[in-house]
Amino acid sequence: MVGEVGFRKWGWVAFFLAPSLIGLLVFVLGPILSSLGLTLFDWNLLSDPKFIKFDNFKELYHDKDFWIAFKHTLMFITYYIPSVLVTALITALLLNQRLRGVSVFRTAFFVPVVASWVVVAVIWKWIFNPRFGLLNFLLAKLGIEGPAWLFDPDTALYAIIITSVWKDTGFVAVMLLAGLQNIPETYYEAAKIDGARPWQRLRFITLPLLTPSIFFALIISLINSFQVFEQAWLMPERFARSGTTVVVEQIVNNAFRYSRMGYAATMSWVLFVVIFAITFVQIRLQKRWVNYDL
Amino acid sequence: MFRRLVTLSLLLVVVLGVMPHHSQAQDSVTVTYFTFSAAPDHLADLDTIIAAFEAENPTINVEVESAPFADYFTLLQGDFVADDAPDVFELNYENFVSYAANDVLLDLSDSLSTDAPYYPAALGAFQYEDQQLALPESFSTVLLFYNADLFDQAGIEYPTAEWTWEDAMTAAAAIRGLGEDTWGIYSPVQFWEFYKKAGQNDCAFFNEDMTESTINAPECVQALETMLSFINEDVMPDPVEQAGVSPEELFQNGQLGMVVTGIWMFSAFAEVPFNWDVQLEPGLAHKGHHFFANGVAVAKDTEHPAEAAAWAQYLTSSETAATVRVATGWELPALDKPEYFAAYLEQTPPANRAAVFQALESPIVPPVIVRQNEMQDTVNALLEAVVNGELDPQTALDTAKDELDALVQ
Repeated sequence: MVGEVGFRKWGWVAFFLAPSLIGLLVFVLGPILSSLGLTLFDWNLLSDPKFIKFDNFKELYHDKDFWIAFKHTLMFITYYIPSVLVTALITALLLNQRLRGVSVFRTAFFVPVVASWVVVAVIWKWIFNPRFGLLNFLLAKLGIEGPAWLFDPDTALYAIIITSVWKDTGFVAVMLLAGLQNIPETYYEAAKIDGARPWQRLRFITLPLLTPSIFFALIISLINSFQVFEQAWLMPERFARSGTTVVVEQIVNNAFRYSRMGYAATMSWVLFVVIFAITFVQIRLQKRWVNYDL
Repeated sequence: MFRRLVTLSLLLVVVLGVMPHHSQAQDSVTVTYFTFSAAPDHLADLDTIIAAFEAENPTINVEVESAPFADYFTLLQGDFVADDAPDVFELNYENFVSYAANDVLLDLSDSLSTDAPYYPAALGAFQYEDQQLALPESFSTVLLFYNADLFDQAGIEYPTAEWTWEDAMTAAAAIRGLGEDTWGIYSPVQFWEFYKKAGQNDCAFFNEDMTESTINAPECVQALETMLSFINEDVMPDPVEQAGVSPEELFQNGQLGMVVTGIWMFSAFAEVPFNWDVQLEPGLAHKGHHFFANGVAVAKDTEHPAEAAAWAQYLTSSETAATVRVATGWELPALDKPEYFAAYLEQTPPANRAAVFQALESPIVPPVIVRQNEMQDTVNALLEAVVNGELDPQTALDTAKDELDALVQ
């Protein structure tokens, strides 16, 4: 048959891949490369781009708003990642029990994941409302005067983190649940025969064998949380925004509000390099704690 | 056979698709018009104006594209990047300078009819370097709205056109005394209110040639202190006390004695179960009122400059356009023709609609620079820091001066 080997084979492969390949080149790789080129230009969309060498990078280095946003993003990651991993692990362990109707719970825990951030923000803005909200009402019942949450720059980020953990727990739990269900039952049976208690089975069987799933969840959550945006854009009240600006918000503002495409592209590339570097380090470090041998 | 038929019909479709349309008369011209103010409620009213224009100009067709305000300027910029700008398009005053400075607008000075009855101030607002780069389409302003019932309960006189902010504070304190959840006044602490109150106190954000910021002048500091005094004296709710309820909602709930807000709220307040009216805004050294304007511009590279300019002028200054706007509660045309507004003035509430036009006697336009949004965000962020108690007014405005100086460099 024609085209089974050599150039003709690749010709056919390229032919059949063309529809998606052209899309990838034109709509993904092209824009990525042009955004890299754009970092060297000053471009407001209305007039021709002006070549300014590395001025965007120099400006970014001194841009205090960007570094404040970067600090907020790191704060978000510092509190969000451990919280979401621990709550997801607990949720996954509970959802892994052989209980009647557990599939209902599995679905229920996944509902926030598929809910739109706009809807979630509306609900949690009410919960966190200092005067009319559920949370401060309950705290008042306990004799505690709740903070102003989304109205106070000092507490708004924590409210956003709590909401994010609530929304994403189901997503991470599903990844961990898949890992849990891959652990052979025989290990637990052998451990039980040897007299291992539940805590020991968790500590010495479940957790080590779950590390590949935990690692995967960690990498995905880390990348997602560097790109945190919707909740920081939607949730804080106007007077608390100074405590919640994040890097992607700065990119959106510079690109679409200030028409500074070159500068926004520079921010995007700096963010990409940071995410790439941290993911790379994580992948290198995984040998120390991720156990792929079943 | 079947395959050939399919191929042939597909080819036919493609060929027909790329063929030029000859359905319109050879000599007719289509002008595209991009709008945000008509979408979505006034598209039918715009069609009425277009029909009248096309009847008078049978060789010109106007094709409308619209987008909500939130997306409009991103889409417009996209059109310019793609060399596909509409022939005629709306610009608000704040964005006008960016477009004018980037030399993408057609100078309409020569095509402008000398008897077009624009407000001179409005026409002047859309001039840039001695060129008429857009025509004023509509205007809006902000007044003092007051709940007359709360004034009666507090036993105090209604606001007058001569009030200062000190008078407003005295009345607000009396109304605040009516109850824990009743507030005296709400006057937002943000960019737009601040440049106006600064203007009332003879302070502008920039020097005359726009090369340096003067936002930290003592008059501006005093204006900001006046704005903060309402929160400090507890006659206006702070953000936590407000807890996400907008000042307009507080007013509609009957919990607010006075609110400084736009005349676009007339229809929203029409059904409230208490008596209310409007008055000129109190002043500082003198009176000063917002003058918000939308303009209509023509793209410099349009293929049909004469037809586009004719449409722009008709839309902004014809009697048909003006009467349709007034009758349908769209925005008010920026025209010095009192007879166009007779029907508008007869509607109540508010009884004192004449205040809308009295406000035009002391117009204050926004400070406008090429990097407009950055300026607004910078000033807003610093005002928020002042309200949060993180900065005092003088320090905040000193910082604002440095940042604004950098933006106009």
